[in-house]
Amino acid sequence: MSSIEIKNVSKSYGGVHANTNISMSIPSGKITGLIGPNGSGKTTLFNSVVGYHPIDSGSIQFKGKEISKLRVQEIARLGMLRTFQQTRIYSKMDCVRNMLISIPHRTMQWHEMLKPFTPELTEKAEHLLEFVGLYQKRHLISGDLSFGQQKLLEFAMALMNDPEILLLDEPTAGINPTLINGLIDRLLRANSEFGITLFVIEHNMRVIMNLAESIYCLAHGEMLAHGTSDEIQNDKRVIDAYLGAH
Amino acid sequence: MKKETMLQLGILIFGVIAPMLIPSLSFQISILWLMILFALTWDMMGGQMGYNSLGNIAFFGFGMYICAGVQVGLYYDLAEYTSPFTTINATFTPDQYYTGLFLGIIAAAVGCVFIALILSTFLFGLRGPYFAIGTLGVALAAGELIGAWEYIGAGSGISIPVHPGEAGEKTQLFYYLTLFAMIGTFLFVKWLYGTRWGLAMNAIRDDEEKAEAMGIHTYRYKSMTWAFSAFFLGISGALFGNMTGFIEPLEVAFPTVTFGIFMVAMALLGGKGTLWGPVLGATLFHVVKEVTWTYLLGWQWVALGLLIVLNVVFFQEGIMGWMARKWPERFGLSVDSHMSRSKQSEEAS
Ligand SMILES: Nc1ncnc2c1ncn2[C@@H]1O[C@H](COP(=O)(O)OP(=O)(O)OP(=O)(O)O)[C@@H](O)[C@H]1O
Ligand SMILES: [Mg+2]
Repeated sequence: MSSIEIKNVSKSYGGVHANTNISMSIPSGKITGLIGPNGSGKTTLFNSVVGYHPIDSGSIQFKGKEISKLRVQEIARLGMLRTFQQTRIYSKMDCVRNMLISIPHRTMQWHEMLKPFTPELTEKAEHLLEFVGLYQKRHLISGDLSFGQQKLLEFAMALMNDPEILLLDEPTAGINPTLINGLIDRLLRANSEFGITLFVIEHNMRVIMNLAESIYCLAHGEMLAHGTSDEIQNDKRVIDAYLGAH
Repeated sequence: MKKETMLQLGILIFGVIAPMLIPSLSFQISILWLMILFALTWDMMGGQMGYNSLGNIAFFGFGMYICAGVQVGLYYDLAEYTSPFTTINATFTPDQYYTGLFLGIIAAAVGCVFIALILSTFLFGLRGPYFAIGTLGVALAAGELIGAWEYIGAGSGISIPVHPGEAGEKTQLFYYLTLFAMIGTFLFVKWLYGTRWGLAMNAIRDDEEKAEAMGIHTYRYKSMTWAFSAFFLGISGALFGNMTGFIEPLEVAFPTVTFGIFMVAMALLGGKGTLWGPVLGATLFHVVKEVTWTYLLGWQWVALGLLIVLNVVFFQEGIMGWMARKWPERFGLSVDSHMSRSKQSEEAS
């Protein structure tokens, strides 16, 4: 079963055709990769899917429901979450608070908004912070963390939200190379243990080959190739696109 | 007993006995309670949610007019009562007075909630400085519009029904009402900041786009938070109108450049985005203001201006912010020596 179904989506910024006629299918419960040179339109596609901007044409469905006209919050509350390439956290709050306010807002009623956080939620937040290795720093203001740590926090916040699918925009960018293996392991566990479908943009080839079974490659806003990690690795068009990229 | 509880108790005791200890200052101290209310309600928006409103004073004015309208309108025709051409012999029995005052205060609070919700629909499309200027525009326009509205007395205002008792009794009544309103506001925001709502407000302040991407009902929180602050500001306006006895649009009901700016200055001075900052800031500001009014007559605005400039140039974080930076551990900002939850529970057992 597919989680997200993208059909013939196009998006341009003025004269720049950031996405042209993109179609792809993200299977439920799996990890799907999205690669492509800088400026090839990967983030633009993410933005279209999560409702950050209106698309010019095409259709985007989530679990069979058309979502291309919905707003960001509505899509997030359907259980589809994204992280940002530029990492966004609530920088004046400590890590635990960042986590607490990331609880699912899908079914939040008025009276629940006015309730305090339960000890169970704090416990869950601390477990997830431990999961990403930030337990010791949990009472520090998140804006004072290093960039890599903020990236990990943003990932933990997304997990706190119990999403069905998580769109990660370059999760390993800025992470210390020695910690990357640990992060790959956590992403795999988020998928296998928490059952979260992952759709991952990644520049690090080693990372994406280890993660994703199915990989799409964009170039100049168009779909260049699709296949398994082996197929993509040996695809001449993909190699050319990366080497010929400016 | 916790320090915070002791501080609250201290303020409560002082508040209750102050008019007996220093009756001559009752009026001044009741203004202090209103100032604290101003700073607290401004900080809900500006400090906790990152929406710097320069027009919150509008709710003070609306509340004042709504309350006066109810107090008079219950018993007389408002147009006739305020008309400069006809004089009616308006008197209010004690019963009428207290009924009018009670219903007036309630109407002021509820009315301001509705006005805030209506204003929200277009003002929350604005962010940053545009929101600040937009709200300022609303407050200025409100003063002008009411000044042109004959039915409620236009520029010549409304005389509020006279309190039926002795002069001292009136001061005392409104002293306790302002104290009560301030305590109510304080307890409300203290409770609110401890709920999910409070954290949602902070999330909107830190990164509204992120909050949207996480599915937070941002519009709900923004409009209702503004409505909460309008509720208490409406009450404060209703009380202040009665304390002065006569209201008119520009100086009394919509004092944008005095009270309207003071609320911002007081919250910044004490430290915005904290519970106690606005309380501290308002107290310090009010004391400086009163002292300079008494001893530095002619220079009082210079002194106040200087205080504001020193605050925003050298001391932007305010008193509470400075303390949090100086003693982070006291504010719970510390590195845990435990690497994980499990190790901690092992050691505890
Ligand atoms: N808001 C915008 N306004 C105008 N042009 C934009 C905007 N966002 C992206 N673009 C353009 O669209 C194209 C695709 O950008 P996009 O950010 O999607 O690339 P990307 O594949 O995510 O690149 P990277 O790997 O560097 O993150 C680029 O040419 C970029 O300049
Ligand atoms: Mg990108």
